[in-house]
Amino acid sequence: MHLTPTERADASRPAAPAQLSDATEAITPQTNTNLSAKPLVVIEPRAAQFDINLRDLWSYHELFYFLTWRDVKVRYKQTLLGVLWAILQPLMMMLIFALFFGKLVGVPSDGIPYPLFAFAGLLPWTFFSTAVNTSGNSLVNNANLITKVYFPRLIVPIASIGAGLIDFAISFAVLGGLMVYYRVHLTWGILLLPLLVLLQATLALGVGVLTSALNIKYRDIRHALPFLIQVWFFASPIIYPASMMPERWRWRWLLGLNPMTGIIEGFRVALFGHKEFDWVLIATSAVTTLALLAYALVTFRRMEKGFADII
Amino acid sequence: MRPIIKASAIGKEYRIGVRSTSQGSLREALAGAVRAPLRWARRRGEGDSAGAFWALKDVGFEIQPGEAIGIIGRNGAGKSTLLKILSRITEPTEGRIELYGRIASLLEVGTGFHPELTGRENIFLNGAILGMKRAEIARKFDEIVAFAEIEKFIDTPVKRYSSGMYVRLAFAVAAHLEPEILIVDEVLAVGDVAFQKKCLGQMSSVAQQGRTVLLVSHNMAAIKWMCSRALLLHQGRLVEEGSPAQVVNSYLWAGRNNRAEASWDDLSDAPGNEVFRLRGVRVRNAAGDVTSELTAQESFSIEVDYQNFSPVVSLGATVVLYNEEGVCVFSSLSNRETQWHGRVFPAGVFRSTCRVPGHLLPEGRFSVTG
Repeated sequence: MHLTPTERADASRPAAPAQLSDATEAITPQTNTNLSAKPLVVIEPRAAQFDINLRDLWSYHELFYFLTWRDVKVRYKQTLLGVLWAILQPLMMMLIFALFFGKLVGVPSDGIPYPLFAFAGLLPWTFFSTAVNTSGNSLVNNANLITKVYFPRLIVPIASIGAGLIDFAISFAVLGGLMVYYRVHLTWGILLLPLLVLLQATLALGVGVLTSALNIKYRDIRHALPFLIQVWFFASPIIYPASMMPERWRWRWLLGLNPMTGIIEGFRVALFGHKEFDWVLIATSAVTTLALLAYALVTFRRMEKGFADII
Repeated sequence: MRPIIKASAIGKEYRIGVRSTSQGSLREALAGAVRAPLRWARRRGEGDSAGAFWALKDVGFEIQPGEAIGIIGRNGAGKSTLLKILSRITEPTEGRIELYGRIASLLEVGTGFHPELTGRENIFLNGAILGMKRAEIARKFDEIVAFAEIEKFIDTPVKRYSSGMYVRLAFAVAAHLEPEILIVDEVLAVGDVAFQKKCLGQMSSVAQQGRTVLLVSHNMAAIKWMCSRALLLHQGRLVEEGSPAQVVNSYLWAGRNNRAEASWDDLSDAPGNEVFRLRGVRVRNAAGDVTSELTAQESFSIEVDYQNFSPVVSLGATVVLYNEEGVCVFSSLSNRETQWHGRVFPAGVFRSTCRVPGHLLPEGRFSVTG
C-alpha cells in the first residue's frame, strides 16, 4: 500500500518566509568588534577590468614562495642525481651540439670556442623552455587548487618561473667552470647580465601567463607547446650566431621580434665581450617582451574569472 | 551589530550544452575549429541555442559576527556554488557580497597536498595555500602534529600515509586556521568516530571563539548541534532561514505532503490490486476532525477505507507509522480486531480505524503508510 497523511505533533511553527535581500537594515556604528567599517572584500560580477591588483598579489607572496619551493623540491624527488639534472641537461645538449654542429658541420661561432658558445646560448634557452613549459601547464596541473581555494591565480604561473630561475642559477655554476677552463676574461659587459636575466624571466612570464590561461580553455596548448618551443629553438641563435645574418642589413632589428635573439646574443656579449652590444636588437627584444607581457596579463585577467568554472 | 557578511541578490548562471564563448572572436572560433572541427561545423549549421541554468538565483542574507550558519539543501540546491562564490573561487553572475572580515575556506581536506612531500613540508604548503602566514604555521606546528596524531611519521612522504593519517593531517592544518570567517564544506566526516568527534569539537570551539562559521553539511545532527541559524536552499533559491531545528525539519519534509487525508475517487488509479483497492486514508483528532496537526497529549485515530471486489477470507489493514528520520515507530495489525478477524469479507467498502492513545508519541513529525 502507499503512503499518505502526515502528522505534526507541533502545530505552532509557521515556516519563516524566505528572506531576500532587504534594503532597510539599520547601520549602527558598532563598538564591540574590531571589524573594519569598509568591506574588506566586495564580491560582484566584474566587467572587463585590466588592472592587476598588486596589493592582493603581494599579500600572497608567501604562497608564491611555497609554490616555487614545492616545484623545485618535487621535481627531483626520488631521483638518484637530484638537482644535478639541472646541470646535466644543458651540459649533455652542449656536448651533442658541439660534436655535430661545432665539429662535423663547422657552424661559425663568432670566434668563441664552440662548446662555450653553445653553452652560453643553451643556458638561457633551457631556462626559457622549461619555464614556459611548466608555467604553461601550471594552472591546469593545479586544477585542484583553482577549484578549491582563492588566491590570485597569477601566483601559479609566476611560481613556475621562479622554480626555473633556481635551476638556472644552479647550472650557471657550470658556465663559470667552463669560462675558467677556456680562460675567458671578463669585461664590464658582465654588469648587463642581471638585466638580461630579468628580461628572459619577463619573456618567460609573458609566454607562460598567456599559455597557462589559454590552456585552461583550450587543452590544445598542452600538445602544441612542445612543438612551439622546438620551432622557437631553431629560430633563436643558440647553435648558430646571429651574425650569420648580415650585420649591416637594414632590417636586422626585425630579429628582435623574437626576443630570445636579443637576449641570447646579449648574453654572449656580456659574458665574453667578443664584440659590441647590439643595442637596437636588445631594445627591440625588450619592447617586444614587454608588449607580450602586457597582452598576456590582459588576456589572463579577462579569462581569470571563468577559470574555476571551465578548468 | 553590523553584519560581517552582507549578500544581496546573488545569482550564478551556468551555460549548459553550449560553450560559453564570447561570440565573434576569430581566434576563439579558430581554436574551437581546431579542437573539434565536427562539433564546430555542426553548431554553425544549427545556430547557437544557449541553455542557461541558474545554479543560484536571488539569494540574499546577512550574517552577524560570531554566528554559526548551517547551509542545507539537497544535492544541486546550490550550496557548493554559494560557498565557492563566498570564497571568491568563482564569480557571481549578478548581485553583490560585502565581507567585513578575513575569510578562509575549507571546501576539501588536503587541498594542495603533494604526495611526494613529507608531512612536515605539506603542513607548511597546505597552510600557505589556506592563507596562513609562515610564522603562524611555525608557531602552531607542534599543535597541528599533535592534533593529527602523526608525530612519528612527520618526515615521511604523505604518499606512504594510510588514508586515515592523510585526512587527519589535512584536517589538523585546516582546524588551526584563524580567520574571522570560516567556510566549511562537508569535510567533517573524516577519520574514525573518535577523530570525527575531535573535529566537531574543534569546529564548535572555533564558533565559540566569536568567529563566524558557515557550514555545509548533510549531517543534520551536526547542524543542529553547532549552528545558531540555518539557511535552506532549494533549486538555487533561499527558501527558508531560521533556527536550525526548524529549518532542518522543513528540509527533511520538503517535497513530502503534509496532508491529513488522501483519497482516491477514481478506483482504477488507487493503490491496490484486482482483489482490493484503497479508497482513502485520513487522520482524525480526538474530536473527530480531520487534521494533520495534533498535540502529543491528545489521542487520535487513523482511518483506512478500502474496497474489495470479491469475497475474501481475512482481509486485514496494517498501519505503519514512521518518525522524521524514517524509522518505523510502530505498526498496527488488525488481527486482534474481534468483529471481522477470521471472517469472510464480502465485496464492498470497509473502514479500519487505528486508535492511538495520547501521550504515546514524542513531539515530532510522523508519516503513515499502509
